[in-house]
Amino acid sequence: MNQYPAFLIIAPLLAACLIAAAAWLRRSLCFPIAVLGLGTSFLSSLGVAARVLAEGHFQYRMGGWAPPLGIALEVDYLNAPVLVAVSGAALVSLIATRQIVEREQGPKAPAFYTLMVLAVTGMLGMTATGDAFNLYVLLEISSITGYALTASGDRLAPLASLRYLLLGTIGASFYLLGVGLLYMMTGTLNMADLSGLLPALYGSDAVFAAFLLILCGIWLKAALFPLHAWLPGAYSHASHASACLLAPLMTKVMIYVMLRIMFTVFTPAYVFEQISLEGFVVTLAVVAVVAGSLMALAQRNLRRMAVYIVVAEVGYMVGGAWLGNQTAWTGAILHLLNDVLMTLCLFLAIAALAGRMETTDFKDLEGLFSTMPFSMGALVLGAMSIIGVPPACGFFSKWFLLKGAIEAGRYDFLAALLFSSLINVVLFFRLFEYALYSGDDHHGHGGHKYIEIHEAPLSLVASLWAAAAGILAVGFYSGSIVNNFIKPALM
Amino acid sequence: MLCCWGMLVHATLDFPGWGDPNAPAHLHVAPEYLEQAYEETATPNVVTAVLADYRGYDTMFETAVIFSAGLACFFLLRVQPRKEEEEDRFFRHLATDMVIRIRTPSMHVPDSPYLQQLDPYWTPRSLIVRAACRVLTPFIQLFALYVVAHGHHSPGGGFQGGVILGASFILIALSHDLRTSMKMTPEKLMGVLSPAGVLIYAGVGALCVVAGHNFLDYGALAEWLGTAPEAARSLGILFVEVGVAVCVMATMIIIYANLSSAGGYKQGL
Amino acid sequence: MESITGLILAKYNYWMYISLMMIGLYAMIAKNNLVKKIIGMNILQTAIILFYISIGAKKGATIPIIMHSEGHGHEAVHAVQYMNPLPHVLMLTAIVVSVATLGVALALAIRLYARFGTLEEDEINDQIREAP
Repeated sequence: MNQYPAFLIIAPLLAACLIAAAAWLRRSLCFPIAVLGLGTSFLSSLGVAARVLAEGHFQYRMGGWAPPLGIALEVDYLNAPVLVAVSGAALVSLIATRQIVEREQGPKAPAFYTLMVLAVTGMLGMTATGDAFNLYVLLEISSITGYALTASGDRLAPLASLRYLLLGTIGASFYLLGVGLLYMMTGTLNMADLSGLLPALYGSDAVFAAFLLILCGIWLKAALFPLHAWLPGAYSHASHASACLLAPLMTKVMIYVMLRIMFTVFTPAYVFEQISLEGFVVTLAVVAVVAGSLMALAQRNLRRMAVYIVVAEVGYMVGGAWLGNQTAWTGAILHLLNDVLMTLCLFLAIAALAGRMETTDFKDLEGLFSTMPFSMGALVLGAMSIIGVPPACGFFSKWFLLKGAIEAGRYDFLAALLFSSLINVVLFFRLFEYALYSGDDHHGHGGHKYIEIHEAPLSLVASLWAAAAGILAVGFYSGSIVNNFIKPALM
Repeated sequence: MLCCWGMLVHATLDFPGWGDPNAPAHLHVAPEYLEQAYEETATPNVVTAVLADYRGYDTMFETAVIFSAGLACFFLLRVQPRKEEEEDRFFRHLATDMVIRIRTPSMHVPDSPYLQQLDPYWTPRSLIVRAACRVLTPFIQLFALYVVAHGHHSPGGGFQGGVILGASFILIALSHDLRTSMKMTPEKLMGVLSPAGVLIYAGVGALCVVAGHNFLDYGALAEWLGTAPEAARSLGILFVEVGVAVCVMATMIIIYANLSSAGGYKQGL
Repeated sequence: MESITGLILAKYNYWMYISLMMIGLYAMIAKNNLVKKIIGMNILQTAIILFYISIGAKKGATIPIIMHSEGHGHEAVHAVQYMNPLPHVLMLTAIVVSVATLGVALALAIRLYARFGTLEEDEINDQIREAP
């Protein structure tokens, strides 16, 4: 089927429009349409990945116009697995959060589904597109819907969301300005065309400025450490439903965009030889990893802790991408895929706990292993993966990152990775201690409300375990993912 | 910030001069658009041709951006009126100019053509402004339709026409009040039209897939329309422009209504 | 000296966009009032629109609408005679995006005002600190 790439992006867009219209006509149709849209998208992404495996890189010309005149979707070894991960994770989190959305949003639930599906459309489009300006438009779709999604939460959510909006707009504007500079110097917006025209201009200051502007814009959106200010507020005050969708996907897609800009628009030759920023950026990543881990350690709330783990993970991937050798790149790309699953698992588990407990403070998590065994089990798996315990997927990407750090001679990055893993051990075992051992003496805490706690709704638990199974599966098959997708992508 | 400023100034020194016809931006893709657009799409306005055809995929998502902004405003602000809440409503009896206060829900709210609902806060009313706006509105709307339809030959198109169309209703809301304008553009209708606009756009694209071409390849419609592929492209552009106009109009009204009344849909500014 | 004046004059559009952009950024970073920040955001986006439009300018060229009704059939179109259409197309998109962002930002500001009764950021922060 030649039309898979189109379905991949158009199905959720059509679904979003239909949900919004159905909201006024027949409400019960909204959720099934959303599932249908994202399901189609997921299946198409599998089709796309199969085609990439069979014949390698291919192009889908929108409107039948050849690039650079028209816009084409370019699918290759790099973005095919990202597409699968994004559409799969989105589908899982949509199904998982249904109860939460219906309970929290009430009559506005259809609008919430529409925003969710539109946000996913934007992310998938960003991943698939081969046009630098088209990427900006899609970035704005997923951002605008993201702002609205994060604004629905507790009483501080609108403030966090407005800050996210202001910083996000600066980021997007920088990206747009950078693309404008590139257009001015080359006359094209198509990524492949740009990479053909740019080598003649590598000495130009304007091209260098464009590269810096684009990078800063992407880092703002991806929440790399000094630019991360919006993320903790936005994801910890947002509704659990939106956090489950945005936290696993948004930063990861932005990291993918960074890789795309580094590898396709500019070339590693430019990034690592012409301009020598890698020392600075890796140092930045080291700081991000250490600072993210330390701030996670300072939190007394599971959700805020998870948010800072996301900040640290961004540091892993940016560092891996800028170490500048094959092994580290492999690690960064693999970690990108793993991180989608790990963060999804973590945030879904938090949503499951919060759905029953109304809070995610550590002190309220006592005895949860006996009351919510399935949710906690999945949380343990996710935690193992984040720490980097072997059968889970997090181990393999960390291994590549560590080896890459040694190859590049960046022992500070190596130390930061190990330090962060240790901190993660402390973080999660402290949590498990609360959840395991304090359970019996809850009578000892005077006046501690002991509400009837039981397992989260079935759809949530099932999706949670789908994510957990994904972690294990990717762990077991990480060798073939590396050989079939990532190695050819880096050729 | 200073670093940013310095970098931009430094980079500017490297730019081609302003208006230089030999700047790279004018030499690579742009001439191809200019030289081929009329032959390939039968649309003299190259901006329209590029917007809705060559880069039609961009424009589809641009419409989706508008749609999601309207949806976001609705989602963030719209408050459902609570039935039980006590509220004073004011009505003016048109014949006698007497004002009646009715407390809901304990008292029955009359539905009579002789009564006009008033806003609890004083809103200035001017006969001249109201009459002038009412007279102007149909002409504005007519002009909006012209702008939508004439985008092929002159500056214009779906976005511009849609905004003018939406603005005509906003003008009514400003000169009268929000309630009057919401009677002309009911919330439900706008709520359906806004996604419907995107749906028209994406639907035209999907029809092209059904006809066996790539998404948004309007040339595929030639067979069904019974025209040459170029003319089909021109018509395809018109179809999607209509979709854009519908979406933009509905969304402008939704955004205005939500922002001006903080989601209550009662008073307006 | 002459070259500097020439430089300033030849690229004055670009100097203007940089100034506007810096004004916008300054407002977004330094201002305390949220609406002023939102205005700064809009200025920033407008500055970038100005930049793109400046790219599209071409001396001695007219608007990119092909003249075909002059009676002598289809002559070859000379690209030199027409302005670059692409930046205009792109900026139509950017305008739409900035309107959309502005709408959402104002909606959020209204929500905040309803919640806190003020739009000064430090006052909001004080309120949060007092009643977390």
